[in-house]
Amino acid sequence: MSYNDYGRDYGGGGRGGGGGGGGSRMNEDVGAYEPDYDDRPEFRDGFRDLAPPEPGQDLGSYVPDVVKTFVVYLYRHIREKNVYEIHQMYEGSFQKLSERMFQKTPWPAVELIAPYVENDHVFCLLYKEMWFRHAYALLSPSLEQRCDSWDNYCNLFQVILHGNVNMQLPNQWLWDMVDEFIYQFQSFCQYRAKLKSRGDHELALLRQCDEVWNVYGVLNYLQALIDKSMIIEILEEEKDGTVTFTATDGYDYQGGTNVLKVLGYFSIVGLLRVHCLLGDYHSGLKALVAIDINAPGVYSTVISCHITMIYYFGFANLMLRRYVDGIRAFNQVLLYIIKTKQYHQRSPQYDQIHKKNEQMYALLAICLSLCPHGKLIEENVNNQLREKYADKMLRMQRSDEAVFDELFSYACPKFITPSPPNYDEPLVNYNQDAYRLQLKLFLSEVRQQQLLSSIRSFLKLYTTISIGKLASFMDIDEPTVRMALFTYKHKTHVIDTDGTVLSNADVEFYIDDDMVHIADTKVTKRFGDHFIRHIMRFEDIISELEKVQLE
Amino acid sequence: MPGLVQQVPISVEHLVQLNPYNPDILPDLESYVQEQVSQQTYSLDANLCLLRLYQFEPARLNVHVITRILVKALMALPAPDFNLCMFLIPERLQMEEPFLTLATLAHFLETARFREFWDEANRNRDILEVVPGFEQAIQDYAIHVLSLTYQKLPRQILAEAINVEGLSLDKYIEHQQVNNGWSLEKGHGGGQLVVLPPNEDNHPVLRKNAADSIPLELVAKLFPVLS
Repeated sequence: MSYNDYGRDYGGGGRGGGGGGGGSRMNEDVGAYEPDYDDRPEFRDGFRDLAPPEPGQDLGSYVPDVVKTFVVYLYRHIREKNVYEIHQMYEGSFQKLSERMFQKTPWPAVELIAPYVENDHVFCLLYKEMWFRHAYALLSPSLEQRCDSWDNYCNLFQVILHGNVNMQLPNQWLWDMVDEFIYQFQSFCQYRAKLKSRGDHELALLRQCDEVWNVYGVLNYLQALIDKSMIIEILEEEKDGTVTFTATDGYDYQGGTNVLKVLGYFSIVGLLRVHCLLGDYHSGLKALVAIDINAPGVYSTVISCHITMIYYFGFANLMLRRYVDGIRAFNQVLLYIIKTKQYHQRSPQYDQIHKKNEQMYALLAICLSLCPHGKLIEENVNNQLREKYADKMLRMQRSDEAVFDELFSYACPKFITPSPPNYDEPLVNYNQDAYRLQLKLFLSEVRQQQLLSSIRSFLKLYTTISIGKLASFMDIDEPTVRMALFTYKHKTHVIDTDGTVLSNADVEFYIDDDMVHIADTKVTKRFGDHFIRHIMRFEDIISELEKVQLE
Repeated sequence: MPGLVQQVPISVEHLVQLNPYNPDILPDLESYVQEQVSQQTYSLDANLCLLRLYQFEPARLNVHVITRILVKALMALPAPDFNLCMFLIPERLQMEEPFLTLATLAHFLETARFREFWDEANRNRDILEVVPGFEQAIQDYAIHVLSLTYQKLPRQILAEAINVEGLSLDKYIEHQQVNNGWSLEKGHGGGQLVVLPPNEDNHPVLRKNAADSIPLELVAKLFPVLS
């Protein structure tokens, strides 16, 4: 039996161009151009002088001059590996042009701009990638467009995996590729699962599109990118100092290409995300193991990557009952967002950052209600948290299931059903099935922990208390008290990957026959770093003072 | 690396690691489950891989195999493996037998309702007996929970938790005394108390308090000031 790499043989839906082209051709003559794109007259003041399109003008049928220059310059910069300029054009000019000219219509089709870039195969794939991303954001894409976009990604990945692509692209763009790839997959699963209002013709088309956005394809492409780039080995070897990857933010300063390696790196985060969307949290976390989230890494070069990674990491840990790990991760990234939010206010990712920020506060609120370790979160984060969720956290601590439901539903990822529908069964919309299952299982976990809050509050009041007394206080019988105490112990202890038992418990106790002994846990003030911080500050003040020259 | 045509049979663990998103390996994973049952081994990764493939192709789903996976997952308690598996099984299926029963059993174990668990398990021996080692595994889990909680454990509680009474219980305790450091005491009510070996959880004083120590890096910041 042969176990071929599924991803390697995986074609697209059979449409679109073939894969396996070479890299950009190094043809030197492109015609006269000004060295700096930003100095072009149209670009000045961010295209403000540009006349907006006339109503009724069909921009899809011809190429406006600005677009012509845009693609010419972008093509040039890509060939010359001017990463900074590519980034400016990709994030800046593309956004601005889209806002001014393509607010309601898509960019010109790739066939129209191809002549200006020497019909370069790879550039066209990249252009189409941006084209589809814009189209998806603009309006609900048609089935045909979804299929075409899938084909484009297949071709693009095939070229990168098997061709000899020699480009340097900005990390933001490479992350966006992976991010958008998974987003479109998610979108297709949701789209496909809404069967109710579809006509027969649509259903027939859908049936034919079995291969499109197939879950095997998606997973195998991500895995192939990771395997082919050998990113896991690179990250390992980096620790010995034999290779540099993180130190150069993934870029290759020796004239090579960063595309495959960085795509491989981002695909690790991609796998984490896809596994979480399918409900397989264990495999998601396992996939992420190669990246150390507590150390700086290439993920920190793109803020949406950083946030996505921590969001799914934290969520997976929440579902695995590893509340402390989730709390720590959320705390770290929420603090980071507080510090850097101002720098991203004008960026196109701002909305996404904001949404994830709010969702993570909700998840943090859930974690802390189930595992009250307030010391783990930083003061600023705590303030924000109290502002948003103080009341709801109180209710969750009283086991108000409705609040858990509300916050979970708000903050959870958009789970998907990966399998194609059974077209022979009666037509229903099943796009909510995956979400409902995860919610149901989460709520039953919450229900199992129902008595734990009262146990905690009572135990905190005593150093010793008999089981009988505890039972009468809680208004339950003794066996139930015992059961609750056992449950507390079980739920607050997690089993590490190597089998050791770690305690997340905030209240420590043991039972001697029928007497519960609670450990004396005084809140130990951390004098150490407090004093050290102040010593350093005073040192700074003194040295500042010494520099002052009195006249 | 994937892509090579292998002449020798590759181990299933290897497959799961290198080529997990491949519907062709489904039959191998299914027979691996049977192997885990008969050899009394266990692999969470392989079983999750199979459940994933079932998710991708519901038509190939095999209820018997899933049942065995879930029973094996129960035996892995206190690890949350059972929950992990349930996240991947469609809701519709979970509403049918034997999944309803298995979910109930899991619920009882997660909330330490040992007496209810053993009663229910007794009523469903047919599902559970197919997997050898089940009873032993659950007893180990019960002991684990008891060890986290009790220093001195009344005999009756122990009996209820591991579903062993009378002479068999005496034998069981004896075995634990010899191998795992248990001892016996007389309780003030006249009954027998089992003294469990001390650990960080049932003897909180044993837990090293990390909060008192200051890491070296912080103190090192002071060195320039002190000089």
